[in-house]
Amino acid sequence: MANNHHGDKTGHGTHSGGAAGTMPATGQGNGGHGSHHIVPFETYIKVFATLIFLTFITVAASRIDFGAFNAIVAFGIATVKALFVALIFMHLKYDDRMNRIIIVSAFFFLLVLWFFSILDEMTRVVQHSTL
Amino acid sequence: MAKNTPDTHAHDHGHGHGAGHNYLNHEKGLWSWLTSLDHKRIGIMYFITVMLFFLVGGLAALTIRTELFSANRLVDGQTTGAVVTASQYTRLMTYHGAIMVFLVIIPGIPAFLGNFFLPLQIGAKDVAFPRLNLLSWYCLLGGAGLAVASMFYGGADTGWTFYTPYSISLSKAVVLLVSGAFVGGFSSILTGLNFVATVHKLRAPGMTMNRIPLFVWALYSTAILQVLATPVLAITLLLIAMENVFQIGFFDPALGGDPVLFQHFFWFYSHPAVYIMILPAFGVISELIAAFSRKTIFGYTAIAYSSIAIAAVSFFVWGHHMFVSGQSEIAGVVFSAITMLVGVPTAIKVFNWVATLHKASINLASPMLYAMGFMFLFTIGGVTGIFLATTALDTHFHDTYFVVAHFHYVMVGGTLMAIMGGIYYWFPKMFGKMVNEVMAQASFFFIFVGFNVTFFPQFVLGAKGMPRRYYDYLPVFEPLNRMSTIGSYMIGTGFVIALIAVIHALLSKQEPVGDNPWGAKTLEWTTTSPPPHDNFEKTPIVTAGPYEYR
Amino acid sequence: MSTVKYDAHGNPYAMHYDSPEHEYQTGKQGVWLFLATEVLMFGGLFVAYAIFHHIYPEVFKIGAKFTDWRFGSANTIVLLSSSLTMALGIYYIQMKNNARAFWMLAITVICGFIFMAIKYVEYSHKLHLGLYPGAWYHGNLEEVAHHVGLSPEEIPANLALYFSFYFMMTGLHGIHVMLGMGLIIWTMIRLKRGDFSPDHYTAVEGVGLFWHLVDLVWIYLFPLLYLVS
Repeated sequence: MANNHHGDKTGHGTHSGGAAGTMPATGQGNGGHGSHHIVPFETYIKVFATLIFLTFITVAASRIDFGAFNAIVAFGIATVKALFVALIFMHLKYDDRMNRIIIVSAFFFLLVLWFFSILDEMTRVVQHSTL
Repeated sequence: MAKNTPDTHAHDHGHGHGAGHNYLNHEKGLWSWLTSLDHKRIGIMYFITVMLFFLVGGLAALTIRTELFSANRLVDGQTTGAVVTASQYTRLMTYHGAIMVFLVIIPGIPAFLGNFFLPLQIGAKDVAFPRLNLLSWYCLLGGAGLAVASMFYGGADTGWTFYTPYSISLSKAVVLLVSGAFVGGFSSILTGLNFVATVHKLRAPGMTMNRIPLFVWALYSTAILQVLATPVLAITLLLIAMENVFQIGFFDPALGGDPVLFQHFFWFYSHPAVYIMILPAFGVISELIAAFSRKTIFGYTAIAYSSIAIAAVSFFVWGHHMFVSGQSEIAGVVFSAITMLVGVPTAIKVFNWVATLHKASINLASPMLYAMGFMFLFTIGGVTGIFLATTALDTHFHDTYFVVAHFHYVMVGGTLMAIMGGIYYWFPKMFGKMVNEVMAQASFFFIFVGFNVTFFPQFVLGAKGMPRRYYDYLPVFEPLNRMSTIGSYMIGTGFVIALIAVIHALLSKQEPVGDNPWGAKTLEWTTTSPPPHDNFEKTPIVTAGPYEYR
Repeated sequence: MSTVKYDAHGNPYAMHYDSPEHEYQTGKQGVWLFLATEVLMFGGLFVAYAIFHHIYPEVFKIGAKFTDWRFGSANTIVLLSSSLTMALGIYYIQMKNNARAFWMLAITVICGFIFMAIKYVEYSHKLHLGLYPGAWYHGNLEEVAHHVGLSPEEIPANLALYFSFYFMMTGLHGIHVMLGMGLIIWTMIRLKRGDFSPDHYTAVEGVGLFWHLVDLVWIYLFPLLYLVS
């Protein structure tokens, strides 16, 4: 994880207002005062409209039988919605790289929990009593 | 790193202003402690509470060993050799485990030594979120309170692991104890969250990630685990509580649930938790080895990154606790294989420590004795872990005293030895006084010898097939059990000596010990002893690594 | 160490930071770390869902018939709207329009109330039918089957498991909604008090992130509980 710290930049800047070490990899959303990235009003409205649209798609998709892909379709749409919320509403698109790593690692380790638990459940041999 | 702070010499003899103003006398009165946001005071509060819990857990352990001193025999219709009843025994065992794990070893190093020294070692004025830090202490107390409350409802007797389906048989005591662990878990999450943010954001100018002391690296890896693993414990314990109250049926086979799924969820946390317990100890040992070898630590980078590697791998191995649970064979094989990998970063650490000792000017003061003891005991604990990671061997060893011996070698021989070494090492910094060396060495002797006398025979007992968790055993196991019990009294004696040594040192009138009695190089030794309220007179500027000895 | 310092613009920050910006970035990272713990806590339930859905697909298929997709969709739209107003609340603070920011936060709280009200209707409907979780389930088989237009033989024996999931997941989520509402009201009070400015609004940002996460969880809960097939 040390790689996420850019060279010699550290906390406690003597650099006034520069907030060294908190500088996001994208170089956006920091600097002096009042320069937090401000997402334009229209972007929020567009994202909201997209989310509502995707909600209708979710409901519509649930009426169609995709067979084995039902769950994947529902989950895929939900994930697209979640990404919009995270990237725009939660400002992750403009944020510190570390914050992205933190939330992605949470989902990654959740995947680990899911993978090994379901691996066991799916490969378990059920033995019925011979009595 | 001493060269980085221009005013080091001023403190060496005259004790600077430290004799006057420090964190201990910054404010007066109990209330000022209970509401303190100073990481150093919160660390000391953790020290006191953890010591109290350790006393309770330790007394439970001694009672258990006393019961096991003799096999019970039926003489003239009377049972002899029993000190407690079987049901009291299972409760003692449960509370011994739950207290030692959740209230002693997990908070032990991070929340006490870590809280006190992490900000000092990186040149920060405090942790990132001081209020959360205080809240975490109250969470620990709240968790302990619920655990005590559970004792008034008959006490839980499930073992600290709360295995289903037994733990979901509608027991109020289990609900309370589980809630206690749940609330205590928040304490751990808050500490971890605080440490990650502190290490990321509050390092002093020049303190790059490649210059933070290895104790900080270890705490950082631990904090990542605390943040990512503990929430799964929270939901698991919540589900256990819900099973007891509403019988929701996730884990209850009678309702179509899967009790083995509980074990997956539980060990997803509790295996990383094993590293939450041991990684900080690795960090302490790295500090001790460097300071008392008077030599630049060998393989700084390898030791630092192996902490992260252990933390990462620990999430992939939990199933090795479940080889005989009914888990599928494929899962068992996969988990066994990955488990072997943990041995690699762990061995990297041990080899680097040993390499540091090579041609070093070793000072065998009491902290170093503990560090040496740690390496000896932890290596035995680690190697027997490889036995247990082997599915075929584990089928035999599982639920025997072999497992008990293994994890005590790791947890007690590892973590507790490191805590003791750390206390003696940092005591002069925390309180400005030295612990009496004779008493410190005596405590080491009793704990180290006593530990081996207690737990080595348990490997033999386990290999011979003595099962764990029972209040009685076959008479053939009696001699080794007697040896084990005598050893446990020696450990107890050692800790009593240590406690007397600490109290004696606190009460004693001593010449000021100076700011750096061990001649160590990390940043905390550049400030006064005890440190001032703000940690450093001036924010230190760091220009070199942490172990620039020679 | 709660001593407060002020920068050149009069913005307050705790003395162990370098600047308000430093405090803001650190605080926000703390919130993200907390959100990571939330993801893993809710995630445990989702993993359990995946496993039991694998073992008993019919339980979830039939169980979902007892939910009304219209209520679910309405609640989804309510929460998405609240997420928008939350984001706009921060937007207006950044634009120095505290009056509008206040109203945006107020609408967010109102959305929270609407969400909880709809949940209340749904809960009472289920409890009325005896569709309790786990062993507390006491639905009359005929009545239950009739309710979804199935014959009693088609109702799985452990249908209660679905309601265990339904109440655990929506219950834990509902607790978070209420917590979030409380936190937003707290930021509204502080906003009125004049605590926030375009340079200093860490608390609103943090509460906002929490609120969006609650929305995010619901985005997944909706198809899992209302639309499974």
